[in-house]
Amino acid sequence: MKILVGIKRVVDANVKVRVKPDNTGVDLTNAKMAINPFCEIAVEEAIRMKEAGAADEIIAVSIGPQRCQEQIRTALALGADRGILVESEEQIEPLTVAKILQSIVEREQIDLVILGKLSIDTDNNQVGQMLGALCNFPQGTFACSAELEDGKIRVSREVDGGEQTVLLSLPAIVTTDLRLNEPRYASLPNIMKAKKKPIDIITATDLEVEIKSGLKTLGIAPPEERAAGVKVESVAELIDKLRTEAKVI
Amino acid sequence: MTTLVIADHDNDLLKSSTLNAVTAAKEIGEDIEILIAGKDCNSVAQDAARVSGISKVIVADHMCYEHQLPESVAPLVTQVARTHSYILAAATTTGKNLLPRVAALLDVAQISDIVEVLSEDTFMRPIYAGNAMATVQSSDPVKVITVRTTAFSEAEVTGNATIEPIDYIVEQNLSVFVSEILSQSERPELTAASIVISGGRGMQDGENFVLLEKVADKLGAAIGASRAAVDAGFVPNDYQVGQTGKIVAPDLYIAVGISGAIQHLAGMKDSKIIVAINKDEEAPIFQVADYGLVANLFDVLPELEEAL
Repeated sequence: MKILVGIKRVVDANVKVRVKPDNTGVDLTNAKMAINPFCEIAVEEAIRMKEAGAADEIIAVSIGPQRCQEQIRTALALGADRGILVESEEQIEPLTVAKILQSIVEREQIDLVILGKLSIDTDNNQVGQMLGALCNFPQGTFACSAELEDGKIRVSREVDGGEQTVLLSLPAIVTTDLRLNEPRYASLPNIMKAKKKPIDIITATDLEVEIKSGLKTLGIAPPEERAAGVKVESVAELIDKLRTEAKVI
Repeated sequence: MTTLVIADHDNDLLKSSTLNAVTAAKEIGEDIEILIAGKDCNSVAQDAARVSGISKVIVADHMCYEHQLPESVAPLVTQVARTHSYILAAATTTGKNLLPRVAALLDVAQISDIVEVLSEDTFMRPIYAGNAMATVQSSDPVKVITVRTTAFSEAEVTGNATIEPIDYIVEQNLSVFVSEILSQSERPELTAASIVISGGRGMQDGENFVLLEKVADKLGAAIGASRAAVDAGFVPNDYQVGQTGKIVAPDLYIAVGISGAIQHLAGMKDSKIIVAINKDEEAPIFQVADYGLVANLFDVLPELEEAL
């Protein structure tokens, strides 16, 4: 069985980003970059399946500039077998990302795609579902557990009221939620070994995918800041403020 | 310029998140229809028909839609939405699961989690966990949009729309529903409550959430938690408030023993009044709090319960 995992290079989750003064985007100059945390969980899940003997090969794909190779190398150090970088300097929208992945799924005859449920930069939460539609594969989104069984995968999903379990026939798409697993750290020997693992560098054109855009970003603005509040000294004062000043209780 | 709003429901009741989505739809245009995909969902149809400003409620009532699996519902939506210019759903886990699949079938973009309608093709949405707001303009013929419920009020329910059943069945063998475990609670739903009290890592263990529950009972509040508290196993995941959990904006949000990571703030910073109770006066949560109390929560919570 072949697993494809998606890797997105994003700003590190602990960095508080600031909007550029000219409102064209956020300032990422010198910001620490990392694998999107949900993609890291996707890599870990794939590795666990391979370690359990359920998967033969894990391919890690990233779409973006040359520098995404750093994140692919990290995935290789964690245990992915080979990488694909679909190089692009442009911002690519989720639908095109899904089309690129669809093309790779078809060329590589992928049985299971594991993706993060969202990336912490654009907060879209779309690609897995879109890929499901394009490939006509079932989707197990926001997964908190995923178990392979006889040509199928049983996925428990985080839903608003609790947890839902679905049984999907393979090939299928799984998107990860936080509780699915706790990703490991790469060991030094594995980091060294990862340098020898292959990364194919291709473009969307090689995959016969046209980069289309249905959305135009007109501007990026900082959110409204909340005015600074006050400190209260006691529970009594707090309750008094909530009753007479804020009038919320 | 008709808008199709996909109903969020459980085959029994129409969820209030649908009413928030309808309000967003009204800001786009006047002609609005609701689609219900479910099984034995007549009571939902009755609810939906009462939503003000709806011209028609379309009901696909069949076994194949019982659990609203996206593999069945997405093709249904594309079938129904042939004449619609907009397809909207609340950005709940159901809406987020479905609409990107619909958008891809229609070969158009999806716009996630809008918080403002700026014009008929331009919308505002948060990115980077709400640390930036993007204004996006869509050039697609059909605009597929999920709506952040806390950013739009609930539509009124004084209407009387016609109900139109449709016979369209999507048989698929890709996915099967197995089971569902839903949290049972007497308290208001987290995303709909007017008061929310949340606990963080400072609660120290799950049993201490009893202290929060007692205060919640006095206030009629829902209980939430930070990711740290969920990760530590104090409470189930559906309590989680934040970028990757639920987005809430109650009249009063009380954060107890929560430091205030960016990802948590993303889920609650639009609350009307924020109270922070934390013994660390440097905790970032105080920067967004209207009222801060630097104190040990194990002293404060019983005192609060007593005083309310």
